[in-house]
Amino acid sequence: MLELVNVRKTFNPKTVNEKVALDGLNLRLEEGDFVTVIGGNGAGKSTMLNAIAGVWPIDSGRIAIDGYEVTHLPEYRRAALLGRVFQDPMTGTAATMQIEENLALAARRGQGRTLKVGITRQEREAYREKLAKLGLGLEDRMTAKVGLLSGGQRQALTLLMATLKKPKLLLLDEHTAALDPRTAAKVLALSEQIVTENHLMTLMVTHNMRDAIRYGNRLIMMNEGRVILDISGEEKKRLTVEMLMDAFAKASGEAFANDRILLSF
Amino acid sequence: MNITSLLNALPGAVAQSLIWGIMAIGVYITYKVLDLADLTVDGTMATGGAVCVMLMLGGVNVWLALACAVLAGMLAGLMTGIFHTAMGIPPILSGILTQLSLYSINLAIMGFKANQGINVTKYDLIVSQRNVRALGLSNPIVTTLVVLALVIGVLYWFFGTELGSSLRATGANAAMSRAQGINTNVCKILGLMISNGIVALSSAMLAHYQGFVDVNMGRGAIVIGLAAVIISDVLFGKLFRNFALKLTGVAIGAVIYYIVIQVVLWLGLNTNLLKLLSALIVAVFLAVPHWKANMQGGKGRA
Ligand SMILES: Nc1ncnc2c1ncn2[C@@H]1O[C@H](COP(=O)(O)OP(=O)(O)O)[C@@H](O)[C@H]1O
Ligand SMILES: [Mg+2]
Repeated sequence: MLELVNVRKTFNPKTVNEKVALDGLNLRLEEGDFVTVIGGNGAGKSTMLNAIAGVWPIDSGRIAIDGYEVTHLPEYRRAALLGRVFQDPMTGTAATMQIEENLALAARRGQGRTLKVGITRQEREAYREKLAKLGLGLEDRMTAKVGLLSGGQRQALTLLMATLKKPKLLLLDEHTAALDPRTAAKVLALSEQIVTENHLMTLMVTHNMRDAIRYGNRLIMMNEGRVILDISGEEKKRLTVEMLMDAFAKASGEAFANDRILLSF
Repeated sequence: MNITSLLNALPGAVAQSLIWGIMAIGVYITYKVLDLADLTVDGTMATGGAVCVMLMLGGVNVWLALACAVLAGMLAGLMTGIFHTAMGIPPILSGILTQLSLYSINLAIMGFKANQGINVTKYDLIVSQRNVRALGLSNPIVTTLVVLALVIGVLYWFFGTELGSSLRATGANAAMSRAQGINTNVCKILGLMISNGIVALSSAMLAHYQGFVDVNMGRGAIVIGLAAVIISDVLFGKLFRNFALKLTGVAIGAVIYYIVIQVVLWLGLNTNLLKLLSALIVAVFLAVPHWKANMQGGKGRA
């Protein structure tokens, strides 16, 4: 379960650049919810995910994951509960470290780091199998530096890293936006497979309305730091892109002519 | 310009440069592994010697004195780490603040004298320039090579552990490390402590070698360290992939740097201009990646 209660986040407070990015955000996810998140540029989608992950402290409100109150926990401690994949393929992996080293780091998420050897032989075998399942040939390049991989390969690897140690909540932030359409489709399919296989509670931000409708059991739309639309179950299955656009116009009271979401279906 | 005078100076230069090589490995840990430029080392490079010499003058056993020197270096690293992480001060400034405070601290350790001598005939020094032509274990080149091997071995082991890997991850991608549950602040502090511990060891050995400690003996150490790291990058970057080999390359880099300097001096450069020359050489080498990137960018746009 995930609970966001009245979460507020202001960037650059008390300056000319002051920006209220989350404005009393409320959201509750149940076990096994796979929620897609849409909204215009600057709606606060990434900020919401960063607030959950604890990248910086929030102004007010509270956040609980799986019953743990995490509002005041530093990022590295919340990491035990979370898996994350970012928009930029560079963000989720250590480029100068090997594929297997990256996986070994992720396998120890939420554990203390001791003076035991950083990666064991049994682990290597396990990683080889998991990498083989991705179907990208990475199982034969386990000691290659991650910096040598393509964006799609890196995102697939990051996805594997995020779920190697089963998280309570998976956060995907436009994780296919930087990929070419074919690779993006592959990584999305892989994401869905991993989410369903592991029955993961997931928040997936996407700028693609069709993907938002196709994937998950619930869809939320954000605007100006709040959830303005929340559709699930049968109702979500009947959604169309046109309905979403109407809903957005109605709820936000704005036309959304030059918005990025409009450009991408 | 007499070639024999150069050759005569060579064994001493090699011994001394190997000792500086240990320091350069410390610089490598912060600069390359953690991706932090740590200026603490200019101070730590005198602290280690000061602690070791003063303890030995006070009758403490040489090994215990060396251990205390390392510990003192680690405390200096801790101080910089706390400035940087807990107080949010940028790493370069944190290092400068510690370095500045170490000047007073080092003087205090040395009984408020600018230097303190230690005599090899009276004290049990692990390296001394008197033995630079000796055969066997008493030769400072041999001893220093053994210490270098030990330092490289321990670091190789450490950076292969879970904890060591999390330090490397912190330097490679801090945001990713936090997302993987790594306390990056602790890692940075630990890295700074390890680095400065190694630098202090080098400092203590240098004090032994030259038979005295001077409050200014660390001035410019960071530049020597960077020069060694860069030389090793340029010469062995493609060749040495293994971490232990990379550290070895850094030590060799220090030797090359030192010998080049000796040659330049022998060619007649005024000693007082040496630091200017070093700084300019390091600046040019540091700029190379930037220039390369610009050139590639230019091609991309065209
Ligand atoms: N680190 C930051 N510093 C300052 N402003 C930020 C920061 N992150 C986001 N913002 C601002 O907060 C608002 C919401 O951004 P974001 O959550 O990234 O939107 P999106 O819905 O496109 O992901 C934007 O106006 C953005 O400029
Ligand atoms: Mg975003």
